[in-house]
Amino acid sequence: MANKKILSGNEAIAAGAYVGGVSVASAYPGTPSTEILENLVKYPDVYCEWAVNEKVGMEVAIGASFAGKRSMTTMKHVGLNVAMDPLMTFAYVGANGGFVVVSADDPGMHSSQNEQDNRYIAKFAKIPMLEPSDSQDAYDMMIEAFKLSEKFSIPVMLRTTTRVSHSSGIVELGDFKRDAENGKKYEKNIPYTVPVPLYSRPMHVRIEQKLIDLEAYSETSKFNRLEKGTDGVGIITSGIAYAYVREAFPNASILHLGMTNPLPKKMIADFAASVDRLYIAEEDEPFIEEQVRAMGIKVCDPETSLRIGELNPDRINLMAAEVYGTEKPAKAEPITGLPGRPPVLCPGCSHRGVFYALSRLKCMVTGDIGCYSLGAFPPLSAMDTIICMGASVGNAHGLAKAGYEGKVAAVLGDSTFFHSGITGLLNIVYNKGCSTVIVLDNRITAMTGHQDNPGTGKTLMGEETIATRVEAIAAGLGVHRVRTVDPYNLDETYNIIKEELESDEPSVVVSCRPCVLGARLKVVRKFAVESDKCKKCKMCLKIGCPAIEVADDGTTRINPVLCVGCGMCEQVCKFGAIKETGI
Amino acid sequence: MNKVINISIVGVGGQGTLLSGELLCRVALLAGMDVKKSEVHGMAQRGGSVISQVKLGPKVYSPLIPEGGTDILVSFEKVEALRWAHLLKKDGVAMVNAQEIRPITVSTGAAQWPDELDKRLGDTFENLELIPALDMAQEMGNAKCANVIMIGALAKHMDIDPEIWRQAIRELVKPKFVDLNLKAFDASYNL
Repeated sequence: MANKKILSGNEAIAAGAYVGGVSVASAYPGTPSTEILENLVKYPDVYCEWAVNEKVGMEVAIGASFAGKRSMTTMKHVGLNVAMDPLMTFAYVGANGGFVVVSADDPGMHSSQNEQDNRYIAKFAKIPMLEPSDSQDAYDMMIEAFKLSEKFSIPVMLRTTTRVSHSSGIVELGDFKRDAENGKKYEKNIPYTVPVPLYSRPMHVRIEQKLIDLEAYSETSKFNRLEKGTDGVGIITSGIAYAYVREAFPNASILHLGMTNPLPKKMIADFAASVDRLYIAEEDEPFIEEQVRAMGIKVCDPETSLRIGELNPDRINLMAAEVYGTEKPAKAEPITGLPGRPPVLCPGCSHRGVFYALSRLKCMVTGDIGCYSLGAFPPLSAMDTIICMGASVGNAHGLAKAGYEGKVAAVLGDSTFFHSGITGLLNIVYNKGCSTVIVLDNRITAMTGHQDNPGTGKTLMGEETIATRVEAIAAGLGVHRVRTVDPYNLDETYNIIKEELESDEPSVVVSCRPCVLGARLKVVRKFAVESDKCKKCKMCLKIGCPAIEVADDGTTRINPVLCVGCGMCEQVCKFGAIKETGI
Repeated sequence: MNKVINISIVGVGGQGTLLSGELLCRVALLAGMDVKKSEVHGMAQRGGSVISQVKLGPKVYSPLIPEGGTDILVSFEKVEALRWAHLLKKDGVAMVNAQEIRPITVSTGAAQWPDELDKRLGDTFENLELIPALDMAQEMGNAKCANVIMIGALAKHMDIDPEIWRQAIRELVKPKFVDLNLKAFDASYNL
């Protein structure tokens, strides 16, 4: 029987990496890339680790490539911004052992702060790129990527998207035989591994030649496929867009590009010449289209825009109706006025105590990336800005140095602090800042699904390790005022944050309580509202706990299924109406 | 089956929508069909509205179903059935678990819970099956098998040997829950 399995795109990438012979994988979690390493670590003979950030992850994988081993690093699209520095120069240096960087982009921003198209980074870095359309592609391409990397001595990008990574399909796994023997080892060759100007100038010449050779390879790549149609319409497509196009244009000719850097220009020119009307259907930015137009090829410009937001069958069906001049597909309008289900901080979330204090203090809050972004929403509304991982710290310092007259607190999580908050904090200390940095230390990387980090005392491989303390790092950087608070104690949290905001030297407040979901602690108590004592003031709703509901008579009550017994609501009730109960 | 069947499974995070999608995929694999499934993880999962789409048939390209292209809408919750009603074909079937889960927007008074939900469901869907899956599951002693009760009801609409569904349950469910889930499947399949 054929060896078939149902795999998500990310599971297929992990399976392909295993078969392709990866020996070392280092990555920082980020939606939609996280499950790749979580699955890869289940295979034997592969060293996997959570790096503290994407830059370090890439540098570790580069080190393994120097050693002659096949290596990879995975990240979400914005993670590659962090890892750009090593990538740009490693491209010049070139891979020894096969090296693959997986960029998981998020068109539609399901869980991201922008929808940048990282295909431009492959072109910018001058490295080959493979773009899977489904799980089968992801598996096949990952195996091929290591060979390609070694053949041309160059890092390879595999660029996936949320829809490919998180969709599942049947994957034909073949003999599933692991190929880790590439016969390579480190051999000292300074002119090829040390990009000082003397050596990097010839490196630039070499990479330009590699691109010429890679374009010739792209012309023959098995991932660039022509599907001949009959109706004169031709469509160039890639990634998930191929799947929608194939269904919406059953009679069109399709040039399905799986290797999209460098583009197979001759193949594209031949294709364009073979059809009456040429269209390009790609998700995110017009990456292929700009290059095809630059070749002087006439590309039809449909009114149906494929730019901004995720593509889907509806948008491609609209395009098909326009291309063929048929009636637009009839669509029912969604029913409006239904109550939404917005994401909220969980019952018992330890971030709540800090945000409640910050909302009472009415200070400006520079925020960061994590579950705690939800602190920006009502009723807490205690986050003013978000830019990128670690930006809260530098932003707070900048506001202070610009003379902003109000109080400013920077808020970031433990994993984000380790990722890129430390450098910002050192900058505050060095430059005589006075900012207050609050680290929401819930001892886990929660947002991406509870991964370990340097503070948890456990590695991705499941081994015990040193559990680094935020307080010790802050003190080591030279912060004199380092305070630890229990965010479940609302008065203490409020008072200490207030004191630190008023201090004229840098301070760090560590809010310490494990993530309720991550720690799976046993619930030992619950709380209930004694309705005869409830004055309907709705004060308890100000903490934004999803377990607190309003009854028909206007009194509040606590949903016993949802309550985890944190006790924050008891502290905000001025009338003593909320009481601890058993479980 | 010689054509592609489009199934949308919707519900609230934690109700077992994702496992139901996996089960359908396994059924397709065992039945020798092609299949694609799409779902989105991340922020939407935290108490949010969850959707999983499964397409199965001789050859499937897209993991997403166009709006108005769903043959069978399986909803684990009443308001979610209304929220996703526009996905269903005009002659499609809506199978709705008779359960109501109120979100925080309603419990805090920021939004209104719709009145006369059963009537609205009846007005919205031409082919509606309201299934007391949660009650049935609780009678069996475990509310968690409500999702498999819904799957049993769904299986009746599909031209696939019930033994294949049972096999998929055996392969996917944790060993100690297999018997319970087989019982749940049969209860609604034979209803």
